[in-house]
Amino acid sequence: MNLDSQTPAGPMADKWTNYKRDMKLVNPANKRKYNIIVVGSGLAGASAAATLGELGYNVDCFCFQDSPRRAHSIAAQGGINAAKNYKNDGDSVHRLFYDTVKGGDFRAREANVHRLAEVSVNIIDQCVAQGVPFAREYGGLLDNRSFGGAQVSRTFYARGQTGQQLLLGAYSALNRQIDTGQVTMHTRSEMLDLVLIDGEARGIIVRNLVTGEITRHAAHAVILATGGYGNVWNLSTYARGSNVTAAWRAHRRGALFANPCYAQIHPTCIPVSGDYQSKLTLMSESLRNDGRVWVPKDQAISEKLRKKMMHPKEVAEEDRDYYLERKYPSFGNLAPRDISSRAAKEACDDGRGVAPTGLGVYLDFADAIERLGKAKVAERYGNLFDMYHEITGESAYETPMMIYPAIHYTMGGLWVDYNLMSNIPGLFVMGEANFSDHGANRLGASALMQGLADGYFVIPHTLGNYIGANNPKTVTTDAPEFDQVEKEVHERINKLLNIKGNRTVNSMHRELGQLMWDYCGMERRKEGLETVIGLIPKLREEFWNNVNVPGECDNLNQSLERAGRVADFLELGELIARDALNRAESCGGHFRGEYQTDDGEALRNDDDYAYVAAWEWMGENAAHLMHKEPLEYEEIKMQTRSYK
Amino acid sequence: MNKILSLATSTLGRKYIMGITGVGLVGFIVIHMLGNWQIFLGQDALNQYAVLLKSSDKVLWGFRLGLLAMIFLHIAAAVSLVIDNRKARPVGYTNESTVQASYASRTMKYSGVIILAFAIYHILHFTAKVTHPKYHEMKVPLDGVMVPDVYGMVIHGFSNPWISIFYIVSVGLLCMHLSHGVSSMFQSLGLMTRNNEGLLKLGAKGLSVVIFLGMSAVPVAVLLNIVN
Amino acid sequence: MNIKLKVWRENPGKENGHFETYEASGLNTEMSFLEMLDTVNENLSEEGKEPIAFDHDCREGICGMCSCVINGTPHGPDRGVATCQVYMRNFKDGETITIEPWRSTAFPLVRDLVVDRSAFERIQRAGGYVSVNTGAAPDANAIPIPKTAADQAFDAAACIGCGACVAACKNGSAMLFTAAKISQYALLPQGQAERDRRVLRMVAQMDEEGFGGCTNQYECEAVCPKQIGVEHIARMNRDFAVASIRDTIA
Ligand SMILES: Cc1cc2nc3c(=O)[nH]c(=O)nc-3n(C[C@H](O)[C@H](O)[C@H](O)COP(=O)(O)OP(=O)(O)OC[C@H]3O[C@@H](n4cnc5c(N)ncnc54)[C@H](O)[C@@H]3O)c2cc1C
Ligand code: HEM
Ligand code: HEM
Ligand code: SF4
Ligand code: F3S
Ligand code: FES
Repeated sequence: MNLDSQTPAGPMADKWTNYKRDMKLVNPANKRKYNIIVVGSGLAGASAAATLGELGYNVDCFCFQDSPRRAHSIAAQGGINAAKNYKNDGDSVHRLFYDTVKGGDFRAREANVHRLAEVSVNIIDQCVAQGVPFAREYGGLLDNRSFGGAQVSRTFYARGQTGQQLLLGAYSALNRQIDTGQVTMHTRSEMLDLVLIDGEARGIIVRNLVTGEITRHAAHAVILATGGYGNVWNLSTYARGSNVTAAWRAHRRGALFANPCYAQIHPTCIPVSGDYQSKLTLMSESLRNDGRVWVPKDQAISEKLRKKMMHPKEVAEEDRDYYLERKYPSFGNLAPRDISSRAAKEACDDGRGVAPTGLGVYLDFADAIERLGKAKVAERYGNLFDMYHEITGESAYETPMMIYPAIHYTMGGLWVDYNLMSNIPGLFVMGEANFSDHGANRLGASALMQGLADGYFVIPHTLGNYIGANNPKTVTTDAPEFDQVEKEVHERINKLLNIKGNRTVNSMHRELGQLMWDYCGMERRKEGLETVIGLIPKLREEFWNNVNVPGECDNLNQSLERAGRVADFLELGELIARDALNRAESCGGHFRGEYQTDDGEALRNDDDYAYVAAWEWMGENAAHLMHKEPLEYEEIKMQTRSYK
Repeated sequence: MNKILSLATSTLGRKYIMGITGVGLVGFIVIHMLGNWQIFLGQDALNQYAVLLKSSDKVLWGFRLGLLAMIFLHIAAAVSLVIDNRKARPVGYTNESTVQASYASRTMKYSGVIILAFAIYHILHFTAKVTHPKYHEMKVPLDGVMVPDVYGMVIHGFSNPWISIFYIVSVGLLCMHLSHGVSSMFQSLGLMTRNNEGLLKLGAKGLSVVIFLGMSAVPVAVLLNIVN
Repeated sequence: MNIKLKVWRENPGKENGHFETYEASGLNTEMSFLEMLDTVNENLSEEGKEPIAFDHDCREGICGMCSCVINGTPHGPDRGVATCQVYMRNFKDGETITIEPWRSTAFPLVRDLVVDRSAFERIQRAGGYVSVNTGAAPDANAIPIPKTAADQAFDAAACIGCGACVAACKNGSAMLFTAAKISQYALLPQGQAERDRRVLRMVAQMDEEGFGGCTNQYECEAVCPKQIGVEHIARMNRDFAVASIRDTIA
C-alpha cells in the first residue's frame, strides 16, 4: 500500500488557496441528497456538523454523553493559538507554522501544519461572532497571552475555561442547525462499528446507551471526531469516558493507525494520591509563568519532606535544586512540556521526589508572592489555587504546590491525507482522533486550534471535493454488509456479558494502565517495551476469559460500556508499544532511554526515522503491518530542537 | 389577542401579574394604614376621612373594583403558579435541605390564603357590617350632619380582645408575606440587580415591620384605652 | 474512614425506586466523592451485583455530567462545586450519606442516579445561539466590547448545564439555566439582533418542557457550581417584558 498524502503542488503558502480554487463543488440543490455521519461532538465534531448543516447536507451527529456540550473539549483550560499578531510582536502565519513544526520535533506533515496556521485567524473571527466571551482589555479589544513556551503572545483565552467557551460556541452553532432540522443529534449513542460497502465507508452501527438498542445508520461519508486515546494509560487528564473504540473499530476495518506511540505528558498535574484514583487533574500551564519548580538537592531532605517530618519552607535556598532553571537557562520554568516532564521524572527517579508517593515535585510561588504580593498572585491564579485546595486540602499560598506529569494528549491517531480522509475512501478523521498536525509533540493551545480548523474550515471543502468528484451512490441500511457487521456487534456484546469471570473491568483497566505507564510512559527502553509486548496479550486473554460484566444489554449498563472500551484499549496498548519499539530514536513525546545525548536530551534520528509509521490491522492474532509515509521538509529545514 | 394571552399566561407573564398587582396591593395597604391613623386625631378626624372616602360613589366603586381586580389577578396567578410548580416537582428529597430560601418565601401561598380569609372577615366586619349589624345604627353628628361613626365602630370592634388579637396576628402574617413579597416583586419585574439587591431586601423587611407596627397600633391603642 | 450510604436505586420498568444501604469501609479521606462511589461499585461488581449507575465524565467540574443530590443538597454541602469536586474529607467518619437523583418532572429518571436532561437541549435549540454562518464573520477586533460587559457575559456563559438549579428549586424551575444563556447574549453586541426572538422562544420552550415557575427563592443560585447569580433571572424577566411589548405592538 503506498500512502499518498494528496498534498497539492505549488509553493507552501499557496497550496491551500490553489486547492480551494481547483476543488470540485457540489451544487446546493444536490447537497441535501447527501447524508453525512459525524461521530463526535467535541470542537472538531460539533464545528463540522454545524458547518456541513449550514451548507445544506443532511447530518447525523453522535456522542456518548447526554449532551454534545459535554465532549471532552470542554475541559481545555489554557487557550487557543491564532496568528492574528494583534500584539504586533512579530507573529505571522509563517511563524506559527514554523513553531508548530519545530514543536512537533519535525515529525508532522508540513502542508497540513501550514494550512492550520493559515486558517487559525478565521477561527477567532468565527468564535467572536458566535458570542464566545474571550478575555478583553479595557479598550474593548481582545487580550492575548504567551503560552506553552511561545516567544510571541498569540494565545486567545477565556479565563481558565477556553475549551468550554469554544465548545459552547460550536455547540450553539450546532443547536442552530438542529433547530432548522439540518442536523439530527443522537446523544447517549456509542458507535460500535464501521460499515464498509465496496471498500468505502458507508455507515456505522450504534448502541443506544439508555435502551441498549442497536441501530444502523447509512451515509455517503463518515467523519470520525472521537478524540484521543490517552485513557489507555488509565490515569490521565482525560475525561473518564474518552475512548478509542470508534477509531479502533475503523482501524480493524482497514484504516491505518499512525504514530500511536506519540503521547504527550503534561508536566503540571496534581500527583497521584492512591490506587483508588480515577483521574489526574491538570493545573494550567500558565502557573509556570510565575511558579518555580524545584526539589531538594539531597535525597535525605526529600525523605523528611515525604514523611512530613519537615516543611518545604524550612529547606534552605542552597539545598534546593531549581532543576529547570539550571538545565535550561533561556526557558527555565517555561521549557516545553515533554522536556519539563522528563526532568521531573529524572528528579523523582533520583529519589528526590517530595510527594508521599515519591512522585511529585514542588511548584513554588513564594518568590512570586514576594515580588508581586499575594493579591496580584491571587488575581492571576486565584481560581487555580482554589481548585488545588479543593483537591488536596492544601493552600498553595502557604506551602508550594506539588505537581507531577500525567498523560494529557495523543498526537498519534488514524492516518489521514491532506483531505483529512483516511486510507478508507469516505472515512474522514478530524481533531485529536487523527495524527495529522502535531508530529511527535503538541504545543500548548494548538489542539483547540486544530479541532476547530478541521471542523469549520477544512472538512467543508475537502468533503465537498470528495463528494463532488466521486458522487457516491446512495446505500440503505438493509444492505447485507449491515447485517453482517450488526451481527458481529451483537456477538461481541453477548460474549462480554457471558464471561461472568471474577475480575472487574476497572481492575483490568488499572492493570493495563500501570503496565503502559511503567514500560511505555515518559521513558521507554527496548527491554521494557519487549516485556510489555509480552504481557499485554496475556492480560487481554485474561480479560476475555475472566472479566465480569454484570447486568444486561437492554438498558443503561455502564459496566458494559466500559468493558467494550477497555477491550479495545487492550489491543491498542500493544500496538503503542510495538510502535515505540520500532521507533529507535527519541523525538517529542516519545523518549527512548537508549537514544539521548550525554546531557540527557532527546536524540532524534532523521536519517532513519523521518517518516510516519502507519500500522495496518492484519487480523486477530497476526502482527500489525507497518507502512511508511516519508516526511520531506521543503519549507523548514530540520534541525535539533534545543531549548537550552 | 391570544398572543397577548399566551405571553401573559407564560410562567414569566404570570410573575409579572403577581408583581404588578403586588405593587398595587402594597400601595393600598400603605394608604390604608395612613388612613387608619386618623383615629389618633380623634373621632371627627376619622369620621371626616371615612365620609370623604365615600363622598362619591363612582370613585368609591371604581376604587373597590380596581382593588378586587388586583386581588383576583394576584390570586389567580398565584394559584395557577402553585399548581404548575407542584406538577413540576411532585417528589422532593428524603431530607430536603434548604440552603438560603427564606421561610417567608417558602410559605407565600399559606400566608396569602390566610390574608385572604382575614380580608373577607374584615370587610364583613367593618364595611358590610354583617358580623356586627348594629354598626349600621352607629351614627354621630359631624358639622351638624349625621354620619356613620367609624370611630365608634373601630373602638367597639377592638375592645373585644379576641378580635384585636385576630387582627394583629393576621397583620403579622401579611407582613411576613410582604417581607419577601416587596423585594420579590422587584425581581419579578426585572428591576433587581446585584447592586440594589441588598437595599431592596432590607427595604422590604423594613417596610413590613413598619406596616406591622402601624397597623397593630390601632387595636393596641384601643385595648390600652389610649383612644376611647 | 468508614461511612454508610443510602442510595436511590431504580430501573424504570424493571425495578421500582427504593433506597439501598451500603457500607463503605477503609476509605481514604483524600478520595473524591465519586471515587468513593467507584469503590462501592467495585465491591458490588465483585459480588456480581449491578453497580450504582451515576453520570460523570470530566471529573473536574466542567462537563456538567455529574449530578447527585447529597444529603438533600444538589452537588452536596459545599458551595461552588459540582458533585465530582466533593471530597471525602468533608464528611465525618461513620456518617450516613443519602444520595438521590435530580428530582423534577422535566428530568425523567433513566436509572439509579441518572436522569434525562434533554429538556435543556431543547431549550438551547430554541434560540440559544447567534445566527452566523461559518466564514461570514468580520475581523474579531471589528467589534470592541467593554471589558465589564465581556466579563459579565462570561459569568453567565460559565454555566455547565448540570441542572442542579432545577434539582434545588422547590418549584422545579429552570429559570437560572435559561436566564444564564439569554443573559450572556443580551450583554454582548453579537446577541442584539435576535434578542427579542431568543427570549420569547426560549421561555416558551422552557414552559413547554414542564419546568415550574420562579417564586424567587434563590436556592438555585446557592447550589450552582458556577455560582451564577439570580440577577440574570431579573435580566431575563426584563428582556421578556420588553420583547413581549415590542412583539405585540409590532
Ligand atoms: C485537561 C485538558 C486541558 C487541555 N487544554 C488545552 C488547551 O488549553 N489548549 C489546547 O489547544 N488543547 C488543550 N487540550 C487538548 C484538547 O482539549 C483536545 O485535544 C481537544 O479538545 C480534542 O477535541 P476533539 O473534538 O478532537 O475530541 P473530543 O473533544 O474529545 O470529543 C470527542 C467526541 O467524540 C465522542 N465519542 C467518542 N467516542 C465515541 C463513540 N464510540 N461513539 C460516539 N461518540 C463518541 C464523544 O462523545 C465526544 O463528543 C486539553 C486537554 C485536556 C485533557
Ligand atoms: C389574598 C390572597 C393572597 C394570596 C393567595 C397570595 C399569594 C401569593 C403568592 C403565592 C405569591 C408568589 C410568591 C412570589 O412569587 O414571590 C405572592 C406574591 C406577592 N404577594 Fe401575595 N398573596 C395574597 C395576597 C396578597 C396581598 C393582600 C398583598 C399585599 C398587600 C400581597 C402582596 C404580594 C406581593 C408584593 C408579592 C410579590 C410579587 C412577586 O413576587 O412578583 N399578596 N402572593
Ligand atoms: C388593624 C388594622 C386595620 C384597621 C383598623 C382597618 C380598618 C378598616 C375600616 C374601619 C374599614 C372600613 C372603612 C369604611 O367603611 O369607611 C376598612 C376597610 C377595608 N380594609 Fe381595613 N383595616 C385594617 C387592616 C386591613 C388590612 C391588613 C387589610 C388588607 C388585607 C385591609 C383591607 C381593607 C379593605 C379591602 C377594606 C374595604 C375598603 C372599601 O371600603 O372598599 N384592612 N378597614
Ligand atoms: S445555572 Fe448553574 S446549576 Fe444551573 S445548570 Fe447552569 S451551572 Fe448548573
Ligand atoms: S430556586 Fe427556584 S424559585 Fe426561582 S430563584 Fe431559583 S428558580
Ligand atoms: S464529572 Fe464533569 S462536571 Fe462533574
